[in-house]
Amino acid sequence: MIAEIGRFLIALAFIASVVQTVLAWRGADQGGRGPAAAAGRAATEIAVLAAGAAFLLLIASFIRSDFSIAYVAANSHVDKPLPYKIAGAWGGHEGSMLLWCWILALFGLGLAAIGPRDPALRSRSVSFQGLLQTLFFAFLAFASNPFERVFPVPIQGSDLNPLLQDPALVIHPPMLYIGYVGLSTAFAIAAAGLVQKSGGRELAGALRPWALGAWTSLTAGIALGAWWAYYELGWGGWWFWDPVENASFLPWLLGAALVHSAIATEKRGAFPGWTVFLALLAYILSILGAFLVRSGVLTSVHAFALDPERGVLILGMLGVSSVAGFLLFATRAHTLGEGDGFEPTSREAFIGANNLLLAASAGVVLVGTLLPLIYEALNLPTPSVGATYFNLSVNPLLLAAVLLMPLAPFLPWANGGARPGLHQMKAAALLVPVAAVGGVLIYVGAPVLAVIGGAVGVWAISGAVMDALNALPAARARGARFAATGRALAHAGVGFIALGAAADASRPPNIETTLAIGESLEVAGRTLTLENMSRADGPNYMADRAEITVTGDSSGTMAPERRYYPAADQTTREVALKSRITGDLYVSVGEARLRDDGSTAFQIRAQYHPLVWALGLGALFIVAGGGLALTGRVRANAPVRGASPVAARAEPAE
Amino acid sequence: MRKARRRLFIIAAAGGVLVAAGALAMTAMRDAMVFFYSPAMVAESPPEPGRRVRVGGLVVDGSVERHGSGGADFTVTDGAGEIRVTFEGGLPDLFREGQGIVAEGAFAETGVFSATSVLAKHDETYMPPEVAAALRESGHWQDDNGYGETAVPGVARPVGAGSR
Repeated sequence: MIAEIGRFLIALAFIASVVQTVLAWRGADQGGRGPAAAAGRAATEIAVLAAGAAFLLLIASFIRSDFSIAYVAANSHVDKPLPYKIAGAWGGHEGSMLLWCWILALFGLGLAAIGPRDPALRSRSVSFQGLLQTLFFAFLAFASNPFERVFPVPIQGSDLNPLLQDPALVIHPPMLYIGYVGLSTAFAIAAAGLVQKSGGRELAGALRPWALGAWTSLTAGIALGAWWAYYELGWGGWWFWDPVENASFLPWLLGAALVHSAIATEKRGAFPGWTVFLALLAYILSILGAFLVRSGVLTSVHAFALDPERGVLILGMLGVSSVAGFLLFATRAHTLGEGDGFEPTSREAFIGANNLLLAASAGVVLVGTLLPLIYEALNLPTPSVGATYFNLSVNPLLLAAVLLMPLAPFLPWANGGARPGLHQMKAAALLVPVAAVGGVLIYVGAPVLAVIGGAVGVWAISGAVMDALNALPAARARGARFAATGRALAHAGVGFIALGAAADASRPPNIETTLAIGESLEVAGRTLTLENMSRADGPNYMADRAEITVTGDSSGTMAPERRYYPAADQTTREVALKSRITGDLYVSVGEARLRDDGSTAFQIRAQYHPLVWALGLGALFIVAGGGLALTGRVRANAPVRGASPVAARAEPAE
Repeated sequence: MRKARRRLFIIAAAGGVLVAAGALAMTAMRDAMVFFYSPAMVAESPPEPGRRVRVGGLVVDGSVERHGSGGADFTVTDGAGEIRVTFEGGLPDLFREGQGIVAEGAFAETGVFSATSVLAKHDETYMPPEVAAALRESGHWQDDNGYGETAVPGVARPVGAGSR
């Protein structure tokens, strides 16, 4: 029964989305205050409730281990611990698509409740959001139904991939989807603004909080994924320039550009067309990401299973969204108006430079990601584009952006003038730590790009501290204080990530060897001895646990495991980490090997990752900074309520 | 600044960044593009030794020889040719016989492929697209081998009947 109700609810959400699109459009024509707009708003509620109920039913089916539902059978198992049964609901294609759709509908409801202040613009954006919902709910209902029955009913499920049975992976997809899908609101508001012929400044102000919220969540999602890759995949890296990672990095880069350019557009009317274009493009690249991940066109370590038919359908949605968005843009961009001029040393100019560099990075990543597909389409031998390409092409561009970043907050708008800013920066104070870190990295024998990266990272962190010291005392209103703190935090976070990435790129060579019990290896001046191997079985796996003692720095014991999940017939490595302020010692254990002399040895991978915490801290700072800036905006706008008749209704996010 | 001058300035800056990005991308791409060779292609005309390439195919049953030192030798096939691969690192956890894999590295003078990385997917129903294409081309593609376009990956075969 549950499966049938679930199907019905998805169909209901689809119909509600169609109704929402049509009625909200009609409502916007009537100025956004009539009964049609209200009905459109009601439709968003129905879509949210129906999709939410369907999602809960799917979770319930996972808890009950209802293997008559094909998706449950493919992603669950009776013996799986409860949290991972629940996480199975979004661990595969169909379920994660349902989550995607539900979040899309939730954002539709959000737009209807606290969207743009102008009622007509709000209703129009609810309508565009409804269009995006319609596309995805149709895809869900007709091509990715999570409630599909399977017959004969299997006795046992085939288990969620053991690598995905991990706490970080329970929250990684929802965070990532809130980010990806949240960018749809920027798309909807931008498209609605073009139809309504709203001014660029108004439009930028309306879409900025939504873009900021989505981008912040996307940052958190990507960071969780990188963290998971670091400790769970057992290779000892956190970013691989894998196509699937690039699929999330592209909207992130454009989102980062958008949250900055929207400030310049809102405050000064600078580059309105560019801001609106970015708002459209960011979500389109999210859909492109979904296509890359879900169609199986690229060789990736973590793509979903091959399914060309779905790929074509997602490509269709990509086509519809981009044609609609770009046609509107081409015909209406001139209505956005043009802002006042600005000088090359103004804050607008620096935000523009940041946008150029971020967009160029996105372009370079896009080329590297799509090149294999282009070759294949031209029937040429298919190349793969490796990390070398991305490191050499993207890193210099991003480094240039980080180099300029600390200066921008000190520059005045419009007429500019770098001199007061430079004076406030007290550049000399900054050069000391830069030189110190550069010296240390050179001493270690790091690659040149890493030395530059480390120095630039320190420069950015010091700049953010100076910015906070400078801007906080000047900020009177609470909202302004939140915004200034958020900016400084996020900018410092970027600096920490540059520093952490540079340190990790200059790490000592990885050790890959076999050890018999009693034998030792050396990594980064530490001696690791394999003392013992023992059984350490869990609820749904069998495991061998290695006991390794460490002498030298960070002495103690470490216990990596090698696990075998019989239901999925898979083995995984459970990494052991020893984290210190100077860095992480990283050990994993692999297969047993018979040596020529008859003794048994075990594969051991040992690495040392200096300052790897800086990456996590950086991501945390960016997320906290984004959150603070968002809060500040909500607060700053709160007192405006009641000040004018238009703003009299409760609209906290705008 | 006057409007015309401002436009000029913006266009110059944008052009400069774009040219720099393009130049960076082109130089980086020259070293980073690695081409895929199926076993059939290698049998016909192997790439010159030492050149960085990718090869892939199904791991032949019984061909895996695990070294005491940690690495392994194995053979991949697409039905039309075979490549012997040697790899010194730790094999991925999902590596197994009969599975489609992709290896990156270079051929030695002896014709043995010396891999620097071996990629196996963590979804067992997944097949690297290059390997799938190579199998189709050599006529060894089977829709029921578990890699095909079945509606429900993972439950297409009877589960719990001892087949897994």
